Amino acid sequence: MTCSEFLAELDDLIDNSVTPTLRADLELHLRECEHCVITLNTTRKTIEIYRQHELYELPTALRERLQAAILAKCKRGC
Amino acid sequence: MKIQRHLPGGQSAEPDHAPVKIGQELLHPPVSHHPKGANPLKPSESPTIEPVGAPEEVHPDVALVERARGGDVHAFETLVKQYDRQVFRIAQHITQNREDAQDVVQDAFLKAYEKLDQFQGNSKFYTWLVRIAVNEALMRLRKRRTGKMVSIDEDVQTEEGSVPRDLAEWRPNPEQEYGQSELADILRKTINGLPPGFRVVFVLRDVEGLSTEETANALGLSVPAVKSRLLRARLQLRERLSRYFRKKNNEDGVQ
Repeated sequence: MTCSEFLAELDDLIDNSVTPTLRADLELHLRECEHCVITLNTTRKTIEIYRQHELYELPTALRERLQAAILAKCKRGC
Repeated sequence: MKIQRHLPGGQSAEPDHAPVKIGQELLHPPVSHHPKGANPLKPSESPTIEPVGAPEEVHPDVALVERARGGDVHAFETLVKQYDRQVFRIAQHITQNREDAQDVVQDAFLKAYEKLDQFQGNSKFYTWLVRIAVNEALMRLRKRRTGKMVSIDEDVQTEEGSVPRDLAEWRPNPEQEYGQSELADILRKTINGLPPGFRVVFVLRDVEGLSTEETANALGLSVPAVKSRLLRARLQLRERLSRYFRKKNNEDGVQ
């Protein structure tokens, strides 16, 4: 397996949607290729960091105001 | 708005008792993935909906939509409270503007309310709502950049992110090296540097937890297009974050 072939399966590997046979091939490649190990680990970390950090929170006061505005219009029949 | 197609008591105003309307808004078959934060209720609350060809449970949102269609604003309120934060986040990621994102939240829910009769009982309400919100957000973005076309196809031809270049290892817990607000700035700046067509796929798929199929439905893209964009988006973000998170003893140093 080449690095390009590995890269083509990277997302499925991260999302845990590869067949056992393919997984074995990918793991074999990883044992031989430090660069792909780094790519895999740092890509996983990238996703994890973005999942864990709320970048755009909707403050409670604003949220309540928006909800009130939406529902008022709905009650009026839009 | 008057929508009386399905009555709350379980009767249908449609002569053929069609459980779901097949029309131009039909997107794709139902998918089993549940979005982050969704709280499935008992399907027994949905007596009127029996989607043909969908053997799996009816999503609880469908029952809420049915009640909202029958004039129950409280049912719609539940949907608003369930998804307003997600819609705001998605809108903010697309528009990169707080006021626009607030407007998108309002407009997307109002539009959804107006078009409830077009909602397909066999697709998920959340995916349908996200599709409306994405369109609203792109429209806002267009208004801000007057004269410049904005679409989710913008800049996707770029080769950037096709091949990893920065192959330095990262520190074990790199985010802990930064203060919370500094880290948030780095993450915002980094994701905002992606073309909108990559950004929105990454946000829906990896941040909001939609499945590949749902992301494709919400964006009107094919599954292969979503997959290709997701890979490039993930790799571009990885590349850009590497500059902040790579090991300090690396020869290239850290900025």
